[in-house]
Amino acid sequence: MTDITIKITDRNGTLHEVLVPTDMAMNIMEVIRSYELAPEGTIGICGGMAMCASCQCYIKSDHELPEMGSDEDLMLAEAFYVEDNSRLSCQIPITVKLNGLEIELAPES
Amino acid sequence: MIKTDILIIGAGPTGLFTVFEAGLLKLKCHLIDALPQPGGQCSEIYPKKPIYDIPAYPEILAGDLTEKLLEQIASFQPGFTLGERAETIEKLEDDTFIVTTNKGTKHHAPVIAIAGGLGSFEPRKPPIPNIAEFENSGVEYIIRDPEIYRNKKVVIAGGGDSALDWAIFLTNVASEVSLVHRRNEFRGALDSVEKVQELKNTGKIKLITPAEVKEIHGKDHLTGVSIILNKNETIHLEADHFIPLFGLSPKLGPIGNWGLEIEKNAIKVNNALDYQTNIPGIYAIGDVNTYPGKLKLILCGFHEATLMCQSAYKRIYPNKKYVMKYTTVGGVEGFDGTKKEAPKAVVKKIE
Repeated sequence: MTDITIKITDRNGTLHEVLVPTDMAMNIMEVIRSYELAPEGTIGICGGMAMCASCQCYIKSDHELPEMGSDEDLMLAEAFYVEDNSRLSCQIPITVKLNGLEIELAPES
Repeated sequence: MIKTDILIIGAGPTGLFTVFEAGLLKLKCHLIDALPQPGGQCSEIYPKKPIYDIPAYPEILAGDLTEKLLEQIASFQPGFTLGERAETIEKLEDDTFIVTTNKGTKHHAPVIAIAGGLGSFEPRKPPIPNIAEFENSGVEYIIRDPEIYRNKKVVIAGGGDSALDWAIFLTNVASEVSLVHRRNEFRGALDSVEKVQELKNTGKIKLITPAEVKEIHGKDHLTGVSIILNKNETIHLEADHFIPLFGLSPKLGPIGNWGLEIEKNAIKVNNALDYQTNIPGIYAIGDVNTYPGKLKLILCGFHEATLMCQSAYKRIYPNKKYVMKYTTVGGVEGFDGTKKEAPKAVVKKIE
């Protein structure tokens, strides 16, 4: 299995280019946690159930992403600092197609 | 002053199971939790979600796990201080502690077990610039006393169960209830959504969607809010109260200032021994602690609670001899006079 590269801008504005395995059933929230790009307890609070919005991110590149489910959509409807390109990163599984993806973490709320 | 043997901060699964393990050692427990009900995240965030890694439960809903734990510990009669956050700790000369909550309730115990998960749940506050100015004069993030809304004009924001349930409830109290949500769809339980639909049809709830409260107005007290409707139209609504209900998010909070060693938003403990913190007599168990190899799993919290109670016993009774007894052998003797024990085998002679 190949690794892919993802560009993640953290909440302080620092850009990180990280290598991500595609065979570990990870999602983007988990990638952010595994590289400790946001302090523990400030991201992925619900564990990845789309039941908080602590992993909200903005999608900066034009990669094709899995369609938003209703859980994610309605959770984002109650999140703060939401933009048109907002997604919950826990709802985006890592696949080879995401190579080169660019995202930015939304502010903590 | 509430007195107990082990004061547990946090009534999530780990805190609740601590009561059982302490009870086997005849130690009494009292729990403090910022939430109004026990269960922690399991009851606040995902009560209807299944958990698959609780030993011997191939599948159990988080809400049911909480109920089962409460049933398991009932005979040990734990005390609860709910809806209050542990705020300060004071160590007395005899090495016991006094923990005081944000409402001034004092608790005295020789052992403190912090089972605080990711911290105490605080309401999520929408980023409206002057919202803090109205926190004591018309903006409430949690409804504590519904009577303050009697004959008042109330604006509720949010799309989950609490927004729906309170909107429904307040139609019988307030003079006017408006519900503002960024979508036409709601996340709450289906019957609540249907009830709101019905109340909207009969004119009892003013439903404003898709919309968002953007500004708060008033001088000494809130007098109204500005709402962006359909992303382009601004409407002004007169109101006496604005209640944003966007759920709760956990914050480590005051415990972070108790002089405990903190690493990555968690409390460092000695996992080679007993999950004690850098302050003797204060333990940290479950998701709130950290040590090399730490996993934030409920089942790990149960294990940590068990070892911690053994250490707590030695701290409280340093000179008493004790060996661990299997519940199958010793049974479970509650503080309420009940006793559960394995039935004696029936002996029958063969003629």
